[in-house]
Amino acid sequence: MAPLDFAIVVKNIPYLWEGLQLSFGLAALAIVGGILFGAMLSVLRLSRFKPVALAALGYVNFFRSVPLILVIFWIYFLVPLVLGKATGPFLSAWIAFTLFETAYYCEIIRAGVQSIPKGQINAGLASGMTRLQAMRHIVMPQAFRNMTPILLTQSIILFQDTSLVYVVTLRDFMTSAATVANQELKLVEFYVFAAAVYFAICFTASRLVGRLSPAWIGSVRR
Amino acid sequence: MIEVRGVSKSYGPVQVLKSCSVAVARGEVIVVCGPSGSGKSTLIKCVNGLEPFDAGEIVVDGLSVADRKQVQTLRTRIGMVFQNFELYPHLSALDNICLAPMVVLKKKRAEAEERARALLARVDLAEHAGKYPLQLSGGQQQRVAIARALAMDPVVMLFDEPTSALDPEMIKEVLDVMTDLAAEGMTMIVVTHEMGFARRVADRIVFMDAGEIVEDRDPETFFTTPASDRAKLFLSKILGH
Repeated sequence: MAPLDFAIVVKNIPYLWEGLQLSFGLAALAIVGGILFGAMLSVLRLSRFKPVALAALGYVNFFRSVPLILVIFWIYFLVPLVLGKATGPFLSAWIAFTLFETAYYCEIIRAGVQSIPKGQINAGLASGMTRLQAMRHIVMPQAFRNMTPILLTQSIILFQDTSLVYVVTLRDFMTSAATVANQELKLVEFYVFAAAVYFAICFTASRLVGRLSPAWIGSVRR
Repeated sequence: MIEVRGVSKSYGPVQVLKSCSVAVARGEVIVVCGPSGSGKSTLIKCVNGLEPFDAGEIVVDGLSVADRKQVQTLRTRIGMVFQNFELYPHLSALDNICLAPMVVLKKKRAEAEERARALLARVDLAEHAGKYPLQLSGGQQQRVAIARALAMDPVVMLFDEPTSALDPEMIKEVLDVMTDLAAEGMTMIVVTHEMGFARRVADRIVFMDAGEIVEDRDPETFFTTPASDRAKLFLSKILGH
């Protein structure tokens, strides 16, 4: 086996950086969309009106039961049909990730809200607050603290999953690495480098989650 | 001040309150006691509408609890203290007290804080204003909870087993605060097993069993010559140890 040549990787860093920026960008947009719609869906999921709660549950179960890569494909071919024009792979990937991740974020947020004891709402109601005021000032701040570590963990998984967008010809970090690896015929070097980069990013992020938990969340937990 | 007339409530087939009636005059202290599962806590939660009831009527300070609009106003005038304190763990002791006055009464922060500090001093916790509930002992937490209820300037205070979750050495500090409140003329309904407190402070004892109000009389008579066998049995169990 020939000695490993990482100089060739260094030479290609600007190209790989472009791919990484796409990965970050897509992940960030999908996190924002997923948490936003996930929060809304969790409200429906907790609705006292049964059909609404069931519809929301149906959405969650559906997207948790299909592979992400299928959703990416599907939206890629479906969106132009619905909108009547080509939208490009980035927008369709963003839509696919948002739809998919909404289901997961919804469940995290729902569990966070339900983790707050009913007595806390009662304490708010007893002091004359409306249900909405009690949710906003008492339940939500606590629920958000409780769910932050899981939201961040889910976001790390989402970032890793952005590597699936190669199926719709998007050039994310993983795709960039695979492309140059084939061009330069240095598969081992580039795939080792790609693994190292993913590991560094995700490990650092998960360490941050670990640090956040006791300092910020533990101090207010009962 | 408080009129409870013929209140009944069922959970499915189980009737937890059977046509309960009690009247509480301004400044009176009523202790509600009875075996567990007798409906004491349910009854006290009906008084501020936290528990809906199926039949009967409750009027507090001229407002009907069953009326959804009136109960909102009513709750700002009824302070409630819970068995498990129910302090907000994400807020300091001071902010726990300030929250409802700011959110419900739209008080300015400075005004709410000034009052909160005065109330903390009153329950002997002035130096703990910045602490979070988890940094306080159970007795301290319950005293903060009492201060929180008082911040709304209530005309009635409800206590739902305020000392049941406390270690024995902390019970007195909470009962002392309640005794002071009673001495100042606060109208109070207290669900408790603290019979010493009941005897010293209560104007009347309401004894409940199986969802019924069995006795409603002055403490002296209740403790020395209870009329019902059920009350005799209860007292022999609770005072016999």
